[in-house]
Amino acid sequence: MLKIENLHASVEDKEILKGINLEVNAGEVHAIMGPNGSGKSTLSAVIAGKEEFEVTEGSIKLDGEDLEDVSAEERAHKGIFLSFQYPVEIPGVSVTNFIKTAINESRKARGLEDMPANKMLKLIREKSELLDIDRKFLSRSLNEGFSGGEKKRNEIFQMAMLEPKLAILDETDSGLDIDALRIVANGVNKLKSKDNAVIVITHYQRLLEYIVPDFVHVLHNGKIVKSGGKELAIELEEKGYDWLKNEAVVE
Amino acid sequence: MDLKDKLISSFMAFENNVDIEHPVHDVRTEAMKNFELKGFPSKKEEAWKYTSLKSLQKTDFSIFPKEEGNTLEYKDVKRYFLHEIDTYKIVFIDGIYSSYLSETTHDGVDICLMSSALTKPMYKPVIDVYFNKVASKDESLTSLNTAFSREGAYIYIPKNKMPKKPIEIIHFATGNEASLLLQPRNLIIAEENAELQVIERHQSLTSNEVLTNSVTEIFAADSAIVDYYKIQNDAENASLIDNTYIDQKNKSVVKVHTFSFGGKLTRNNLNFYQNGQYIDSTMKGVTILGDKQHVDHHTLVHHIEPNCESHQDYKGIYGENSTGVFNGKIIVDKIAQKTNAFQQNNNILISDKATINTKPQLEIFADDVKCSHGCTIGQLDEDALFYLRSRGIPKKEARALLMYAFANNVLESVRIPELKARINKLIAKKLGVNLGFDL
Ligand SMILES: Nc1ncnc2c1ncn2[C@@H]1O[C@H](COP(=O)(O)OP(=O)(O)OP(=O)(O)O)[C@@H](O)[C@H]1O
Ligand SMILES: [Mg+2]
Repeated sequence: MLKIENLHASVEDKEILKGINLEVNAGEVHAIMGPNGSGKSTLSAVIAGKEEFEVTEGSIKLDGEDLEDVSAEERAHKGIFLSFQYPVEIPGVSVTNFIKTAINESRKARGLEDMPANKMLKLIREKSELLDIDRKFLSRSLNEGFSGGEKKRNEIFQMAMLEPKLAILDETDSGLDIDALRIVANGVNKLKSKDNAVIVITHYQRLLEYIVPDFVHVLHNGKIVKSGGKELAIELEEKGYDWLKNEAVVE
Repeated sequence: MDLKDKLISSFMAFENNVDIEHPVHDVRTEAMKNFELKGFPSKKEEAWKYTSLKSLQKTDFSIFPKEEGNTLEYKDVKRYFLHEIDTYKIVFIDGIYSSYLSETTHDGVDICLMSSALTKPMYKPVIDVYFNKVASKDESLTSLNTAFSREGAYIYIPKNKMPKKPIEIIHFATGNEASLLLQPRNLIIAEENAELQVIERHQSLTSNEVLTNSVTEIFAADSAIVDYYKIQNDAENASLIDNTYIDQKNKSVVKVHTFSFGGKLTRNNLNFYQNGQYIDSTMKGVTILGDKQHVDHHTLVHHIEPNCESHQDYKGIYGENSTGVFNGKIIVDKIAQKTNAFQQNNNILISDKATINTKPQLEIFADDVKCSHGCTIGQLDEDALFYLRSRGIPKKEARALLMYAFANNVLESVRIPELKARINKLIAKKLGVNLGFDL
C-alpha cells in the first residue's frame, strides 16, 4: 500500500529525514518509535503532504502512485489520514461543521453528491458513541480550549468518520488517561480491516498492548536504525535508545 | 469646472430660486456656507490621510436626479432585497423614490419619505426637534449633504412601538447618467422603549460611476433598541461616503453592523454620542476586499455621561491590491465615570500588496474607566491550513473556511436569521467558494 524509498526531506535547508525506507501493506500495523526530535512527526507530515517540508530525494508511493505532485487534500481523498501530535485550534469552526465539510469535499473529489443530512447525523452519532464523545462537544469550536486528551479523542473521531485507508497516529496516546487510551485504542481496532493499515507513532509500549503492531521501527536522526517485531518495543521500554544510537553511528 | 464649483452653482441656482420657501431652506443655506468654506477634505487632513477623494472630484457628476425617474422590474432586483422575509421597503432609483418597489406605512409608526417629512406641516414638530440636530455642522461632506437634503428615509417609531417587520432602505443606480452623485438623507427616531431593525443598501446596477454621500441621523430615546445593518456590496465603480450620527439616551441599545465587501471606495464615518446613562453602543464590521478596493472605517464614540458601555469589533480581510483603514476614536469625558469601552480591530492580509492602517485614538479624561483596545495584522495560519487540507478540504476552501471563522463572531449578533444567512452567502461568494457556512 505505502512504499517509501530513500526518503530525504528538509526544512529551510536543514535535512531532517535522511534516507527512510518503509513498506506498509494492507492489513498491517506498524509502530514507529524513537527519541525526541528524531523525525517521526516530520515523516508523518511529509507523508500527509505538508508543503513546508521539501522532499529532496527518494519517493513516497501509495498503491504504486508517486505522491510527489499530489496535494495534501488529494492525499486525504486517496485515503491518507494523519492524527496530529498537536491538533490545531480553529476558533469559529465547529467540530460538526468541520467534519461535514471534510466528508463532503472528499465526496465531491470522488464525483459524489453531498452526504444527505440525516445520514451524516446518523454517522456522527454512531462514531461519537463508539469513542464515547459527548454530543455537546461536537458543537464546540474545533479543538479550541479542548484538553490534551479531548483533542486526541477528537482526532480519532475524525478518523472514524473519514474511514481512511492509511491512518498515521502521531502520539495519539500522549495526553490520554488510562480509560481514554482503552477507548481510543478500541476505536482504532474496530476500524481496522484487512484493507487498511495503521502507522502508530508512540513513545510507550502501553499503547501497543492495545493496538498490537506487526512491525516496530526505530527512527533515529532521520533514519530507521532498527526494525523488528512487537518484542522490539518491549526491549526499547527496558533499555531505552542509547544502545541503538551507538549502532547508528557505527552504521 | 471642478466638482466643488459645480455643486456651489447648482445649489445657488436651485435653492435660491426654486426652493426659497422650503422649511429647511435656512439650514441648507448655512450648511452650504460651511461646505464652501471647507470644500472636499484632502489627504492633508489627519482624518483623511489614507483616503483620497481627488479623482472623484474630477468626475463630472450629475447632481440633481432626473425627475421622471427610472423604473425597474422587481424580478430584476429581487436579489438585492431580503426577499426571504417580509419587510417594509423604502426604495429609490437614481435618487427618486419608487413607490412601486416600496412598502411604506403609517400604521402606528411612520416609515416613509424624507421629502414629505421635510415639507408636510404635520411632521414639522418632529423635524424642528430632530432634523440636523446630531449631524455635524462642521464636517464638510455632512454639510454638503445637508445643503442638498431633500430625499431619503424617514422613520418615526413612537413610544413603546415596534414595526411589524424589519425595514429595508435601498438605493439603486441604473446608470442612466454617465456619473451620478446621490445624497440621501435619512432620519430615524425611536422614541422611549421603541424598537426597530433597519437594513441599508446601496446598489449600482451598471459599471457607470456613482458617488453616494449619505447622511443618517438616528435618535434612540430612553430604553430604545435600534439594530442597523449596512450592506456595502456595491458595483466596482460605485463609491460611498457614509456619515451616520447616533444620539442615544438612557439605557438605549444601538448596534450598527457594517458589511463591506464591494464598491470602489467606501468611507464610513460612524459617530455615537451617549447623552445619557446605562447606554450600550455596539459597532461591528466585517470587511473583505480584493482588487483595488478601498474601505476606510472611522468610528467615534463619545462617552458623555457615566455608566455606559461601548463595544467595537471590526474584522478585515484584505487581498490583492486592496487597502483598508480603521480609525477608532473613543472620548471619555471627565464626568463619564464607570465607562466600559472596548475596541478590537483584527486584520488578515492575504496578499503582499494589500495594506491596512489601523489606529486607535483614545481620549480619556475620567479616571474610573475600563477601556481596552487591540489591533492585530496577520496572515492565515499555515498550520491551520495544513490541518484542514489534511482532512480533504481543498486549499481554496480551507483558506475560505479560516477566513470565515476569523470573521464569524461579528455575525453572532445579527438578530435577523435570514440576514445572517444572506451575509454568509455573500462572504462565501466574496471568498470565491461554494461552502455552506452554517456554523
Ligand atoms: N519547521 C521546522 N523548522 C525547523 N526545524 C524543524 C521544523 N520541524 C521540525 N524541525 C526539526 O526537525 C527535527 C525532527 O522533529 P520532529 O518533530 O519530526 O521530531 P519527533 O521525532 O516527532 O519528536 P517528538 O518525539 O518530540 O515528537 C527536530 O530537530 C525539529 O526541531
Ligand atoms: Mg513528534
